[in-house]
Amino acid sequence: MAQGKVFALPNIQTPGKPVIFDPLKCNGCNHCVEVCQVDVFIPNPQKGKPPIILHPDECWYCGCCVNDCHREGAITFNWPLSQKGYWKNKATGKVTRMS
Amino acid sequence: MTTWHDYFLDQGKVPDWPYPIRYEQEQEIKTDVLIVGGGIAGCWAAISAARQGLKVALVEKGDTIRSGAGGPGCDHWCDVPANPLSNVDPDDWAKHMANRPYCNGIGIQIQCREDYDTLLEMEKMGGKIRDTENEYVGAEGRDDKTKFMISPRYTRIHSYLPDPTLEQDKPYPNWSRKPNNVVIRVWGSTFKPALKKECRRLGVQIFDRVMVTGLLNEKGIPGERVVGAVGFNNRTGEFMIFKAKATVLAAAGAGSMWLISTELAGYSNMMSRTISGDGAVMAWRAGATLTKMEATGVLRIATGYKHKWYTGAGDASYENVPIVDANGKRLPYPIQGWEDAGAMAPAPGVEDAIRAGIMKGEYALPFYGDFPGMPPIERKVTWNMMLGEESTTRIIVDSYNKAGFDPSRDQLQSYKFIEGNSLPQWREAGYGGGLLVDWNLKTTLDGLYAAGTQMFSPEDHSFAASTGRYAGRKAAAYAKQVDQAEISQEQINREKARIYAPIKRTTGIDWKELHAGIARVMQYYVSEFKTEHLLNIALDSLRQIEEEAAPKLYAPDPHKLMRCLEDLSLLTNAQIIIHASLARKASSMPLGFQRIDFPALDPPEWNKYLTIRLENGKVNTEMIPLTFWGDMKKEYEAHNRDYTGVYQG
Repeated sequence: MAQGKVFALPNIQTPGKPVIFDPLKCNGCNHCVEVCQVDVFIPNPQKGKPPIILHPDECWYCGCCVNDCHREGAITFNWPLSQKGYWKNKATGKVTRMS
Repeated sequence: MTTWHDYFLDQGKVPDWPYPIRYEQEQEIKTDVLIVGGGIAGCWAAISAARQGLKVALVEKGDTIRSGAGGPGCDHWCDVPANPLSNVDPDDWAKHMANRPYCNGIGIQIQCREDYDTLLEMEKMGGKIRDTENEYVGAEGRDDKTKFMISPRYTRIHSYLPDPTLEQDKPYPNWSRKPNNVVIRVWGSTFKPALKKECRRLGVQIFDRVMVTGLLNEKGIPGERVVGAVGFNNRTGEFMIFKAKATVLAAAGAGSMWLISTELAGYSNMMSRTISGDGAVMAWRAGATLTKMEATGVLRIATGYKHKWYTGAGDASYENVPIVDANGKRLPYPIQGWEDAGAMAPAPGVEDAIRAGIMKGEYALPFYGDFPGMPPIERKVTWNMMLGEESTTRIIVDSYNKAGFDPSRDQLQSYKFIEGNSLPQWREAGYGGGLLVDWNLKTTLDGLYAAGTQMFSPEDHSFAASTGRYAGRKAAAYAKQVDQAEISQEQINREKARIYAPIKRTTGIDWKELHAGIARVMQYYVSEFKTEHLLNIALDSLRQIEEEAAPKLYAPDPHKLMRCLEDLSLLTNAQIIIHASLARKASSMPLGFQRIDFPALDPPEWNKYLTIRLENGKVNTEMIPLTFWGDMKKEYEAHNRDYTGVYQG
């Protein structure tokens, strides 16, 4: 939106994307909206589009929205940067930070 | 376009509220048995009551399909000593499990007697409880005949504080006897959808996205029989009135009372935001007796200040996986895997010894869970099944796999020591405060029952399931004997005014500011160090917040209205905790309770439950014996002569 209108907006809620939707795979069925016990999402006003993440600050990262999605790849879990895990290759000793 | 901001920038406008607004419009439901809370305990209570042929309404703040702490899954069905592979007597095991101060002997006895029946019923409903696909053939604990997967948990030892009266709890190591076989591994991610389906099949009326805020007493008088409840839909704002002959409270405990930090990692706590003390507070306002409310402990995981996953390393710090240091040296942590087969926590002194070893250079940080060092089949069970099924860890396993973690090759980092312990003032109330119940799981009010984490001193998922099933049965039996009672319009009107106050304001204080204000008071004055002086400052501060800040709460939509009312519950819950803390004039190790002005630790005259209730606006406390439930086996049998075992319908 670099060329778009500049609005006076408050700071963006962080972390704001507990999941990432793939608009090409998501058909807007809103099953994830229903399984979320804290109502992180609302249905998109445009039918067939992915839901809108309205309350990311209430997400408890239970993963049910991703686990129960009927369309492979439509919704991907997205750990906040502060919560990404680390592991080490036992043979080489190389430490990997989750990408 | 995924976030609210994305939508705004794309469309140049904010999205409309997607649900119809029905503030103050009324819907009235008449039912025989009302269940408040649609988690594990609530669903089981609803199913159990509906089997008696009664009309049942189940009310849930989220959606019953995945709501509650057990909604995402569950990997262990604990304390199922009546299973055919068990080598202990269920009544003996119950006695052993209840041989801890401030536990719930009634619930434990019910669990040990009925948990296996409950598990078989779970299977009948579609829950997976056996290795039917033969994925884990050869794993230790797998029984080839039944295909049950016995867990090593508790199977040699249950505690590092042994109970010398019982053979099965002789101190480690004692490998001469048969394993206890009291815990079964399960595929708990299949449970919640199956429970909802069964509720529907039995004709339970399910009200999802409805928050119950208050109970109704007969004639509107607190302390009288409970005859229903009111609440509202948290998407539409519609007012809901439930009239019931019997009510089961299964709304769990209270979380995040000492800390809120959503800017770091959302509401990533041990429990979800929905666990907000509503049940205990509505029972308190209705005149029911609570107990153990003074018990608190230090927050264990997450909150953004800590890693989401316990200490990381796949629970390895206390579960199945050996922990090694950065050079591959094994740390002296015991594990729950077959090698140690039992306890949940390391023996006293182990943590201190490791810390001293770090300082001396004996152990190099960071530590890792050595998955590659495990036998392949045990690794597969632990990673794929145990962590794949345990509540919120399923998504962890899935997302780590997708990011390239391979448990046969990679060691998973542990955050133990490098992230430090929680500060002592980051506490939680989830240590057992709840409703006092009798052998019918009836509270001190007629018509009101409790199950699962709503009760004092709750245990695990299967405890919630078996006590929910039991409470539903008992509530149904009561409902069959009584008529609907008159409800008080005045009590309804009062609660309606309380509910909708925040939507009538357009500015003021939002729920998060209120919540953080409560948490700050709790951190300062109801924390590690308790004295009468500090606790009284806390009480005065919370009363001030109640008088000055709470009347300014505002909510722009029904969802935030729910959050406001949850935090008003926390405000009352916090005060109950302080009243109970003032009344206990002794310190206690098992209660996590340190009175600086009464330093004696667990003096015998104070080794009692402290009960607390509201009567005519005044707080009353009493002390009752630690084993007030009497002889567990005899009492259970006396109250369950009509129990028919596994449901055959």
